[in-house]
Amino acid sequence: MLVTELKPREEILGYLRDGERAFLVSCGGCAEVCETGDEKAIRELGLVLEEAGHPVTGTAVIPFLCNKALVGIRLSRLRDAVEGADVLLVASCGVGVQAVAAVVPKPVCPVANTISYGTFQGIWPAEERCARCGDCVLAYTGGICPLTACPKGLLHGPCGGSYRGECEVEPGRPCGWHRIYERLAEIGRLDLFAQYRPPKDRRRQYDVPLSRRRSTFWALEYTEEV
Amino acid sequence: MRFRDRLANGDFVITCEAGPPKGADVGPALEAVRRLAPHVHAFNVTDLQSSVLRMSSWALCALIAREGYEPILQLTCRDRNRLALQADLLGAWALGIENVLALTGDYPTLGDHPDALPVFDLDSVQLIAAVAALNSGRDLAGNELEGETDFLVGAVVNATTDPLEPHLAKLRLKVELGASFVQTQAVYDPEAFVRFARAAESLGVPILAGIIPLKSAKMARFMDEHIAGIKVPEEIIHEMEGAKTPEERRKRSVEICARIIRAVKPYCQGIHLMPMGWEDLVPEILELAGI
Repeated sequence: MLVTELKPREEILGYLRDGERAFLVSCGGCAEVCETGDEKAIRELGLVLEEAGHPVTGTAVIPFLCNKALVGIRLSRLRDAVEGADVLLVASCGVGVQAVAAVVPKPVCPVANTISYGTFQGIWPAEERCARCGDCVLAYTGGICPLTACPKGLLHGPCGGSYRGECEVEPGRPCGWHRIYERLAEIGRLDLFAQYRPPKDRRRQYDVPLSRRRSTFWALEYTEEV
Repeated sequence: MRFRDRLANGDFVITCEAGPPKGADVGPALEAVRRLAPHVHAFNVTDLQSSVLRMSSWALCALIAREGYEPILQLTCRDRNRLALQADLLGAWALGIENVLALTGDYPTLGDHPDALPVFDLDSVQLIAAVAALNSGRDLAGNELEGETDFLVGAVVNATTDPLEPHLAKLRLKVELGASFVQTQAVYDPEAFVRFARAAESLGVPILAGIIPLKSAKMARFMDEHIAGIKVPEEIIHEMEGAKTPEERRKRSVEICARIIRAVKPYCQGIHLMPMGWEDLVPEILELAGI
């Protein structure tokens, strides 16, 4: 069970430039249970976007976004709506956002923060990993997580050990920041590269407060308690 | 004259690495510093270089400062969180250390404690922001300090890496946040360095080109394959292979360094030497390079 909570509206709206159109993708797996990716949440997000001058070209609820093959099939059926959008907003954990980014060559932005992944990385584990940092930065990194794609978890580009796309840590390992740079170039958003981001709030990464552990958003087995 | 004043004057400056000891005996390290001092304007003291445990950088910096020479504190993000980094910076300032070089740090698995926790709470860009905060009298959390620092903070870049663009974008951000000099990773390809220097000219900060003397073809190959961020062109490795005796190798190494320095000199404001135990070569290299 991956536990997510919605990001503040201002942060989500901040991803979009004036008048940009959005396509909304949500995960019918964990995110639906957390009420970050259920129909109500998506409907409400759509209204917020329309009000702020961002047309919504379409929506899709896909069971377990972590399954990239399924994401590809479902989104290809909605090709016109997806292609008509400037940005894809994704309601899921960090794995789902990265799975969508891997399939669609467009800017992909998270609408939720992942705060816990219980015991597993998505139901269809692939190469995408989420550090459940609670402060998702995928909107700025082309949908590739710098915390898990870079062993050092850097936030501002490659370290000096990156050479021809390879990481210093082990031979053959791709440099996460090289991948991010290439992806941002591919989607025409190099303006997002090497923008200053303040140090992360590590409380969200290393600790889950008791109040949240007991909420419906913690895990399925605790839902009865509320 | 202080290192920062030389840079501001536009003087051509020479910095040299001083490695803290692997142990508690600082005698030989300080002896090397004393021998080099007539040739060098400031000493970069490394911070557990290649993730190999050594004495802390600030300690040798303080001892160098006590001898009347100027240290540059190398500080990496690998081993300390934001609290410890800021604490060490404040302590370093109190010990008379005025220059800091902010680095990411090699990954722990490359060193002799491969099982250590990698910290990286901040990255090198945020570390520069932390130094700028302390210089303005506040900590990273915005709290007011009793007495501010006035560090000169420098950044590193791998000038001859490929592709260069992402590294250049990161360097630009470091300069925007307060980095006021740049020291590069070892340069073995002067043409690549010149391409970098032209691209970095608009940043308007002094650049010191990194130089590491090669001890042998074997070392050259080892560095090329195993040292993070260092690439040695095949031609230079062949050149070292041609030197058969220790004397020939020494001579060849000095020649290669001097040749690289002469090639990059018009495009930089200084040289950063990393002799890796071959400190006695430094005067010969500088002399042959015409510095």
